[in-house]
Amino acid sequence: MNRLTRFVPTLLAILLGPAIANAASQQPVTEFELANGLKVLVREDHRAPVVVSQVWYKVGSSYEHGGNTGVSHALEHMMFQGTKRYGPGKFSEIIAAQGGSENAFTGIDYTAYFQTLASDRLEIALELEADRMVNLQIQDEKFAKEIQVVIEERRMRTEDRPTAQLNELFRASAWVSHPYRNPVIGWMSDLDAMTTADLNDWYRRWYMPNNATLVVVGDVDTAKVKKLVSKYFGPLKKGQLQPPKERQEVAQTGERRLTVKLPAQLPHLIMGYHVPRFGGEADGAVDGQAITDKPATTATDEAYALDVLTAILDGGSSARFARELQRGQAIAASASAGYRGALRAPGLFTVDGTPAQGHTVAELETALRAQIQRLIDEPVSPAELNRVKTQVVADNVYTRDSVFYQAMQLGMLETVGLPWQMLDEYVDRIKAVTPQQIQQVAKRYLRPDRVTVAILDPQPMDTKKPRRPPPAGLRH
Amino acid sequence: MMKQISIWLPLLLMPATLIAGPAIEQWQTSTGSKVLFVPTGALPMVDLQLVCDAGSARDGDQGGLAMMTNELLFSGAGDLDADAIAAGFDDLGAKVGSSVSQDMAMVSLRSLSDADHLQPALDLFTTVIGQANFPAADFKRERKNLLTGLQQEKQSPGALAQRAFFQGLYGDHPYANMASGTEASAKKLTRDQLVAFKERYYRSQNCLVALVGDLSREQATTISEQLSTRLAPGAPAPELEATEHSTAHFEQINHPSQQTHVLIGQPVVSRLDPDYFPLFLGNHILGGSGLRSRISQEVRDKRGLAYSSYSYFSPMRQAGPFVMGLQTRNDQADEAAGLLREELQKFITKGPDDQELLAAKQNLTGGFPLRIASNGKIIGYLAVIGFYGLPLDYLDTWVDRIEAIDADQIRDAFVRRVTPDQLVEIRVGG
Repeated sequence: MNRLTRFVPTLLAILLGPAIANAASQQPVTEFELANGLKVLVREDHRAPVVVSQVWYKVGSSYEHGGNTGVSHALEHMMFQGTKRYGPGKFSEIIAAQGGSENAFTGIDYTAYFQTLASDRLEIALELEADRMVNLQIQDEKFAKEIQVVIEERRMRTEDRPTAQLNELFRASAWVSHPYRNPVIGWMSDLDAMTTADLNDWYRRWYMPNNATLVVVGDVDTAKVKKLVSKYFGPLKKGQLQPPKERQEVAQTGERRLTVKLPAQLPHLIMGYHVPRFGGEADGAVDGQAITDKPATTATDEAYALDVLTAILDGGSSARFARELQRGQAIAASASAGYRGALRAPGLFTVDGTPAQGHTVAELETALRAQIQRLIDEPVSPAELNRVKTQVVADNVYTRDSVFYQAMQLGMLETVGLPWQMLDEYVDRIKAVTPQQIQQVAKRYLRPDRVTVAILDPQPMDTKKPRRPPPAGLRH
Repeated sequence: MMKQISIWLPLLLMPATLIAGPAIEQWQTSTGSKVLFVPTGALPMVDLQLVCDAGSARDGDQGGLAMMTNELLFSGAGDLDADAIAAGFDDLGAKVGSSVSQDMAMVSLRSLSDADHLQPALDLFTTVIGQANFPAADFKRERKNLLTGLQQEKQSPGALAQRAFFQGLYGDHPYANMASGTEASAKKLTRDQLVAFKERYYRSQNCLVALVGDLSREQATTISEQLSTRLAPGAPAPELEATEHSTAHFEQINHPSQQTHVLIGQPVVSRLDPDYFPLFLGNHILGGSGLRSRISQEVRDKRGLAYSSYSYFSPMRQAGPFVMGLQTRNDQADEAAGLLREELQKFITKGPDDQELLAAKQNLTGGFPLRIASNGKIIGYLAVIGFYGLPLDYLDTWVDRIEAIDADQIRDAFVRRVTPDQLVEIRVGG
C-alpha cells in the first residue's frame, strides 16, 4: 500500500492506477506561481459542471527518518482537526454543506488534500485550504484520539493482512539506507511514541506556499481562478524551506531473500529490482560500476522502456503473465508486475503472485524468473509492442473521463519534481520505445544480483488463541 | 463561527433543481432487450454494459455458478480461444469487464468511438456474448482458482464477517449465499451447468443494454440490436422469492487477528420501496456521510475506536440489507458494537434534528452534479435504472425527492422498518 487516505473513499479505484501510464493532456494547462512561491496549475474541462481542487505538499514518508515514521500521514489526519479560525471539523462541515466531497492521501513522496464540488463553489475550497496551510492548531486531546484512529488503520491495513505484512517487510529489505524502506503509515512503535510536538515540527517545516502545488481542473474560467487564488493564497508568507537532505540507497551486490512466517492460508511471493525513474538514476551499481554519472535523459528513456516492459508482462489479459502463467502453464492463481517511474528517487520494478493450486511458491518463482530471463534473452515481438502502444493511446482518452484523475496526474508529477508537460509527450515517447531498449533495461537492471525475494510461508491459523496486541502498559 | 461562513449562504440557497439529470433515451430491441442510452459527445469513447438478471441469487444449490458463468464468457467463443479473445480486445485498446452481484450479472466494454476501433471491438464482444462455449480446460483451471480465492477468504476477517452476516440475515433465501459459493459447492460445479446457466439466463428479454458516449441514436440502435439478437430469445427470469424478516442472532467467529470486525443489520429495503428515500436520507445522518455522520463522530472522532465506522442501506430486488459496521482492537469490540446499537436506537427514537437534516440535504443536493459528472458514473445509473425499472426521470427528480422529506417522515420510516430486536450481529476476531 503506497498511498493512504484519511478514510475509506468510495472512489478509491481510480487512485490506484499506475502513476502516469494513463497520461492525458488534451486541454491546455495554465501554470503560474505566486510571489510566495505557490505553484498553480489550472486545466479547464467543461464537460460537466464540477471542479476538483487539490493541494499537494512536497512531503511524505520518504522525507521521514528513523523514529518519526508515519508523521506525514498522522499530520494529514490532524489537518482536519481545526485552525484558529475554523474549529475542529469545521472544514469538513462547510465543504459538506456545499455538497462537496473531500479527502486526503499520503504517499511516499507527497501529501495531498482535495475537494470536488459543483464548479461555482470553488472559492470556498480555496479559502479553507489557504487557511489550513498556515493556521493549523493541533490540540493534545484531539491528537490523543486521532493517533488511536491511525493505529486502528494500521491494524486493519497491515497487521491483519498477511500479504500487506509481507509487502512491508519486503520493502524494508529491498531498501537499506533510503527511506523508501519505511511504510507510509509508520511502524507501530513510532505511532505509539508520536507526540503533538512531532506533528507541529513537521507542519512548520513543510507546510508553506513555496512547498506546495495547487491544481484546479474542471468547469472553471482560468482568469477567475487566478483572481481567487491570489485573493486567498496571495497574502500567505513565503516560508523558510530547508530542502530535504539527499539520501542514497547503498549498492545492492547480491540477492536478498527473506521468509515471513505468519498465520495465513496461501503463500505469496514478491520479487523486486532497483531501477531508474523518470529524470533520475537507479540506485546502486551495475557490474560494480557506479551508474550515477550517466546523463539524465538516458534514465528517462529507460523509464519509458520500463513502463512498456511492465505492460508487456501485465498490461491486460493478453499480456504474458495472464496468457502464460495464469492460463498457459496455469502455475499462478494471480501474477502481476508493477513499476512507478514518477518518483523523486529511483524505485523498484516488482513482480508478485500466488501459486495456483497444486503448485508451490518455488515453482512460481522459477516461472517468474524465466519470464524475466526471456526479456533479457529475446526482443519483444512487434505485435506485443504495438498492443502496448495502442493501449496507451486509448487510455489517454479514457483518463479524461475523470477530472479528479487528470488533476492527480498533474499534481503528482509536479510534486516529485517532474514537469507536467511530460503528460503531453508521454504517448509519443512510449511510441518511440524499441524492442532493443526494452531488452537493454532488462539486461541492465533485472539481474539476479539485484533482486530482493520475499516469501510468505503460511502457518496454521489457530482460531483458539487470538493474537492480542501487547497490553497498553508495555507500550511507550 | 456561523458569521464566518455566512458569505456562502447565497450559494446554499441556489435552487438545486437547476441541474437536471442527463437525457436518457429508452427503447426495446426487436428481441425484447431494454436499451438505455445517453449520448455524450465530448470524448471519443463509448461505454457499453450488458446487464442480465443472472446474479448469484439464481445459483440454486450450485453456489459459484453465476460468477463462474460470467467470468468464463471470455474464455472461448466460436473459433476463438481465451488468448485470441484477450488479444482481440487488447490490440484495439478496448477494456472489457465482468461482475456478478446477488441480483445482476454484468459484462462491460469500453472502446474508442472511431469506427476502426469500435466496430471490431463490438463484433468481438458480440461473438463472446453470443457464442461463449466454456472450454473444459479453462473451466477446470478457473474452478481451481475459485477454490484458491475461497481459501484466501479465510485469512481475511472482513471477508469472513461478510459471509457469516449474509448467512445470518437471509437463512434459506438465495441472498444468503456469497457469489463465490463454498468449497463444497465449487467442487461440485460442472462445465455443463455453466452452459445451461448461460442458456437459461443470458436471454434477450432477461438482459438490458446500457450505452453512454460518442454515439448517435442510430448507432446506438444498431449496436444494441446487434448484441441483443445474438442472445437466445426468451422470457425474463421468474420473480425472486421475497425475503423474510431476520430474527435476532449473535455469532462470534474466532480469528487470529488483532482487530474484531463487527457487522450488525437486517434485511430492510428493496429498490422500488417507497420508504427508500427517507431511509437513505436518514442514514446519511446516522452513518452514511463519512466522518460527519453520528456513528463516525461517536466511534472515531470522540473515542478513536476505529478507522472506519459506517452504516448504509443496500437496496436490492428484494429487501437488501441495512448494515452497520466497524473494525476495532479486539478488547474494544464490546464498547464499539454497543455504540452502534445505541446510535441506531437513539435515531429511531428521536429522529434527526433540524440542523442535521438541513446539512444532509445541502450535502446531497449540492453534490448531485458530482454523481453524474462522467460517462463512467452515468452508465452505472443507467444499469440500475434499467435493471430495477426505476422511472426514467429518476435522476431529474432525485434532488426534489430529497428536498421534500421532513424529519417526521424519516423517523416514521425508521420506526416502521428498522427493528433493533431483530438485528443480526457478527463478530470476527479474538
